[in-house]
Amino acid sequence: MAFDLFRFAAPQAFFPLAGKLIPWFSILAGMLALAGLYIAFFVAPTDHQQGEAYRIIFIHVPAAWMSMFLYVVMAGWAGVGLALNTRLSGMMASAIAPTGALFTFVALWSGALWGKPTWGTWWVWDARLTSELVLLFLYLGFIALKGAIPDPVRADRAGAILALVGVVNVPIIYFSVQWWNTLHQGASVSLMRAPSMAATMLFGMLLMALAAWMYSFATAFARLRAIILERERDAEWVRLQRAAA
Amino acid sequence: MLETLALGCERGGLRLFSELALSVGPGGLLRVRGANGSGKTTLLRTLAGLTRPAAGEVRWRGNAIGEELRKEMLYLGHAAALKDELTVLENLDFAARFSGLEISASKIKHALEALGIARLADLPARFLSQGQRKRAALARLALSPGVALWLLDEPFAALDDEAIGRVSGLSAAHLAAGGMLVLTSHQDIAIAAPDAHSIELQG
Amino acid sequence: MLQAFSLIVRRELRLALRRKGDVLNVLVFFVVVASLFPLGVGPEPNQLRAMAAGVVWIAALLAAVLSLPRLFATDYADGTLEQMLVSPQPLIVVVLAKAAAHWLLTGLPLALAAPLIGLQYDLPAGALGVLLASLLIGTPVLSLLGAAGAALTLGVRGGGALLGLLVLPLFVPVLVFGAGAVTATLIGINPSAHLSLLGAFLAVSSLIGPWAACAALRVALD
Repeated sequence: MAFDLFRFAAPQAFFPLAGKLIPWFSILAGMLALAGLYIAFFVAPTDHQQGEAYRIIFIHVPAAWMSMFLYVVMAGWAGVGLALNTRLSGMMASAIAPTGALFTFVALWSGALWGKPTWGTWWVWDARLTSELVLLFLYLGFIALKGAIPDPVRADRAGAILALVGVVNVPIIYFSVQWWNTLHQGASVSLMRAPSMAATMLFGMLLMALAAWMYSFATAFARLRAIILERERDAEWVRLQRAAA
Repeated sequence: MLETLALGCERGGLRLFSELALSVGPGGLLRVRGANGSGKTTLLRTLAGLTRPAAGEVRWRGNAIGEELRKEMLYLGHAAALKDELTVLENLDFAARFSGLEISASKIKHALEALGIARLADLPARFLSQGQRKRAALARLALSPGVALWLLDEPFAALDDEAIGRVSGLSAAHLAAGGMLVLTSHQDIAIAAPDAHSIELQG
Repeated sequence: MLQAFSLIVRRELRLALRRKGDVLNVLVFFVVVASLFPLGVGPEPNQLRAMAAGVVWIAALLAAVLSLPRLFATDYADGTLEQMLVSPQPLIVVVLAKAAAHWLLTGLPLALAAPLIGLQYDLPAGALGVLLASLLIGTPVLSLLGAAGAALTLGVRGGGALLGLLVLPLFVPVLVFGAGAVTATLIGINPSAHLSLLGAFLAVSSLIGPWAACAALRVALD
């Protein structure tokens, strides 16, 4: 019996598969998050300079990692959809975008919460936070463009072009913000001056990152199912679904 | 020469037509008929390569359409494609040169004469009436006798009987010389054609 | 191909000559925006001198964004854009020509007007020269990436503001390197590193921008 993965490239086939996988990803996300937070709050040692407030790093850094990772994944799916003309890929990109934007927002917000007790201000223009802010704008631009185009096929293709341009520019933007930050050294403070990384702390952050990744799968699949139902609403199988429900 | 294989097109999520098989050869005229919204313009734009078909393909000389077709095709859509601030002469000069034709002011004036608007040559396109704009756009037909395939979307719209006669004459000459013509039209205009067909899109 | 390129550029210039308002509006907008900053932050010369590079560059970015929606919109509306897509000329030549014309009519005038603004902000002669150089290298990027943005938002609701949202984040490197070059000059550092990086980004944009614009135009006219 040949296992044909390509079967799942059709929205109709992927819809039930996604539905079955969501609970598993959610459970994994929950378990990994608990493990990560346990390390964050009970295992990692108190820092000499920054006290307990630094623990927010266990949310801030994984969120920042995920925001960048998801942008690349989103651009990847969008690119596949553009090249191979597959509907599901474009829908997947649309499903990922809000979660990616959310992580960017969490990174920014947790950065602010870290900054206030540590440096006394709600915002610092350090390289990471500023780059995250620009990444948030890129996500918002992608979501806004897709939302502004009524025809879904055209929206997918336009979004894909934008995402591909974005993904090439993101490293350049990050580099330029880093450059800008070191240039204006005098005025800036850096949240990058975190306590030196003990192995346990890195492990904790990795757990949180994995939890975030599982969470992303769960939410993206849930959103994808909604998008599939909406876009394929004229298809026979959707009408049967709704009749049965 | 120009053929479609199981062509299907969509617009706004609705399937306009499927499994459409056409073929147009030298001297061939194809009229596309159908009610408003039945997909006539979409079909023409798909033949021109502007719109991607939902299913099937369009072939030119046996190959998938692309640059080769564009070199041998003249497509005139609904819009007159005239820049308001440029004169009729300047507009046609640009269009001809951009298509790679060798052009001169006298050739353009000849083409305008063929459409009966030679006196409008130096007038900015802004000042033309609807019918005059259409005639100016169609003057390109008189400039491109060597182009094999003409794709015309509602060429007779906004034209008076006199102009219709001129365009019909140009089309007949083109077909007699071995050219191909695909056009959409609501009206039943007579065009002398050695090999005429028509299809009706149901929508 | 070269003939097609020059045909389009000449046509754009001829059209601009007959519709001078468009070019002048962008220039006046640039000057107005740059003049608003002192009114907002106060006339203290040292503060203004430190801000000058950023102010001029941001005003230039905004003026460019203002002019971009029109890049393809009129051609789209009167049908000439469609004709360019069905012509035998490669679409990339069309895009490059439109971007070049846009730069000649927007970026270049802004770059030439910038030193005057710089004088208002009391920038020294050396910094003025670097300001001009940074704009001459950086404004083509605005036209190249901007063309992609204009093509993506062609015929889309909320065009102007959406276009700004799409392209301004992509312009961050231009702003950083361009304004940074002038600021570096002011504090005595050689701006050549900044200008080289700006040049490198121009090279990258000249590949990505036109590709994206071509793809987006085909999508828009599908």
